[in-house]
Amino acid sequence: MKTLMKGNEAIAEAAIRAGCEAYFGYPITPQTEVLEYMSRRMPELGRAFVQAESELGAVNMVYGAACTGARVMTTTSSPGYSLMQEGVSYITMSFVPCVIVNIMRGGPGLGNIQPAQGDYFQMTKGGGHGDYSLIVLAPSTVQETVDMIIEAFDLADKYRQPVTVIADGAIGQIMEPVEFPELQEPERPEHPWALTGAKGRDKNIVTSLFLGAQNLERENLRLQEIVAEIKANEVRYTEYMMDGAEIVIVAYGTAGRIVQTAVKQARAEGIPVGLFRPISMFPFPYEPLARATENAKQILVVELSAGQMIEDVRLANCERLPISFFGKMGGVVPLPDDVLAEIKKLV
Amino acid sequence: MTQETELVFSRPESLSDVITHYCPGCIHGIVHRLIAEVMDELGIRERTVGIAPVGCSVLAYNYFECDFAEAAHGRAPAMATGMKRVRPELVIFTYQGDGDLASIGTNEVVHAAARGENITTVFINNAVYGMTGGQMAPTTLPGMVTTSSPYGRDVKVQGYPVRVCELISQLDGAAYVVRRTAYKPAEVRKLRKALKTAFQVQMAGLGFSLVEVVSNCPTNWGMTPTESLKFVEERMVPYYPLGDYRVKDEVKDL
Amino acid sequence: MSHIVIDQDRCKGCELCTIVCPQGDLVQMADQFNVKGYRPSAFVDPDGKCTGCALCATMCPDMVITVYRTPRKARTG
Repeated sequence: MKTLMKGNEAIAEAAIRAGCEAYFGYPITPQTEVLEYMSRRMPELGRAFVQAESELGAVNMVYGAACTGARVMTTTSSPGYSLMQEGVSYITMSFVPCVIVNIMRGGPGLGNIQPAQGDYFQMTKGGGHGDYSLIVLAPSTVQETVDMIIEAFDLADKYRQPVTVIADGAIGQIMEPVEFPELQEPERPEHPWALTGAKGRDKNIVTSLFLGAQNLERENLRLQEIVAEIKANEVRYTEYMMDGAEIVIVAYGTAGRIVQTAVKQARAEGIPVGLFRPISMFPFPYEPLARATENAKQILVVELSAGQMIEDVRLANCERLPISFFGKMGGVVPLPDDVLAEIKKLV
Repeated sequence: MTQETELVFSRPESLSDVITHYCPGCIHGIVHRLIAEVMDELGIRERTVGIAPVGCSVLAYNYFECDFAEAAHGRAPAMATGMKRVRPELVIFTYQGDGDLASIGTNEVVHAAARGENITTVFINNAVYGMTGGQMAPTTLPGMVTTSSPYGRDVKVQGYPVRVCELISQLDGAAYVVRRTAYKPAEVRKLRKALKTAFQVQMAGLGFSLVEVVSNCPTNWGMTPTESLKFVEERMVPYYPLGDYRVKDEVKDL
Repeated sequence: MSHIVIDQDRCKGCELCTIVCPQGDLVQMADQFNVKGYRPSAFVDPDGKCTGCALCATMCPDMVITVYRTPRKARTG
């Protein structure tokens, strides 16, 4: 049965359905509704909720809870995500799972509270210090967000890594009909590494400190193996009206959704254009994109930024086809007609 | 003629049988042992989780026979909060130094105390940043020479020391906030009692407990260990008075 | 007789054990060095004055001292 829900609230409920035992967060527009919803629902279900003193506090509370093997999530928006980078780097190197959602807004700096996609580099190329890359899932509708949040918890447990979801203020604020899986008691999986009290076993240590170059190299190689596995197994994307597309538009998230409408309109006018929408921003679908553009003549990249994903598109394209860019910054959200006008310029 | 003797002092089960990296005469060693003794006495080793800071005791996880996590600098009380909220049956303690708790981590410890988190914080105050080579700490005494206050701490431009117990005791969520020391056996005994009470406060769900230990740093103070204990007694303790700064009524009934 | 056992190889020569003995000087710094290059402490009790009070062990940061005490009954009995 479908319910009409605001994106932020759906994110919260999705986590709950996935068995999230703890939520720690801090108010920041445009995702504060996640925190407020959790503050009401988690106590109802006897699960943990804390409004932390800052995003720094929130991500470290996530770290602590994750060490015990519990399913835990935090959500934030761009400036808060910056604050969390230290924690993300530590959690990643500690090999403990969690889910982190960034509802992007206009930046850099304090910016504004409108939707944007300016954190792509930060989310897909590391963000915090050190060699690491986390799974980044990019939904474009509230239902996709719900599905990806639930999947994110499974992926986090599978790889013992943080899994991130890249969304924006539009998705956070929009209301759409959504469906959830059944509400169940959270399962507490037996994680042999978890800090649950050293009863009947040797003590466990969860740390990201590995003094001695050989020790740290060993852990980094272990991390890189996980990244390699992720690259091999977790590529996701979707295609829209790509049959015979001469112009391939690459866009994700809200930008992807806007482009989809423009593509439909363009096709109705006989323009051979299609949309390639990556869903895993990391691992980026390089090969599927290269295959999808084999018979195309040009690529148009549309982002709500100065152009960040376009660099990954260039990598996939290997200087074969000409690439154009249409982007808006500052939280300006283009209309499908704006994209249609850009498409027509390329014809 | 040999008379039978009984073993009255030996390594607690909760203290790992390893040589620590701490400097000769560092009070960390005494405090570690006392925490281990308390864990043994209360029978909580198998459900205790410690959280190590960034500082000299960053490797504390090697010295205790219980589960341990390594926190980012200053964030241990936030980690402890996350842990305790999902696993309230665990006994969780953070172990932090001056920089970790009173500088970068002030926000985390203040709010953990304000929220009355049922965790225990052991705060080692030795007026200097030990691990990084002796820089000024928020707890460095006025006039004290450190590697980043080479002319002696000038309160006009470098401010006054932070008294943590006094600060934290203002928060209603704090149930047990005390300052002790370890410069002589009688004080070591009082410190042990305070640590035991702090853990009992947590186990009774009475709120946040903090034990501040006025401590030494022979290496970075440029003194012998015995000289450093004199400095603790004669210079540190007068500035950081020992005592009970906040003790909820229910604690007295424990 | 009450006595202490010092693990001299683990001792870091901090001397904290030498300043708290109620009998005066039952714990002293040794003349030789240990494997780590520290001068360890040593138990010097030719007259059997040690009461097993464990104050020295209380001050030791490195669990170097183990204390054996003659139970009171045995001492007076």
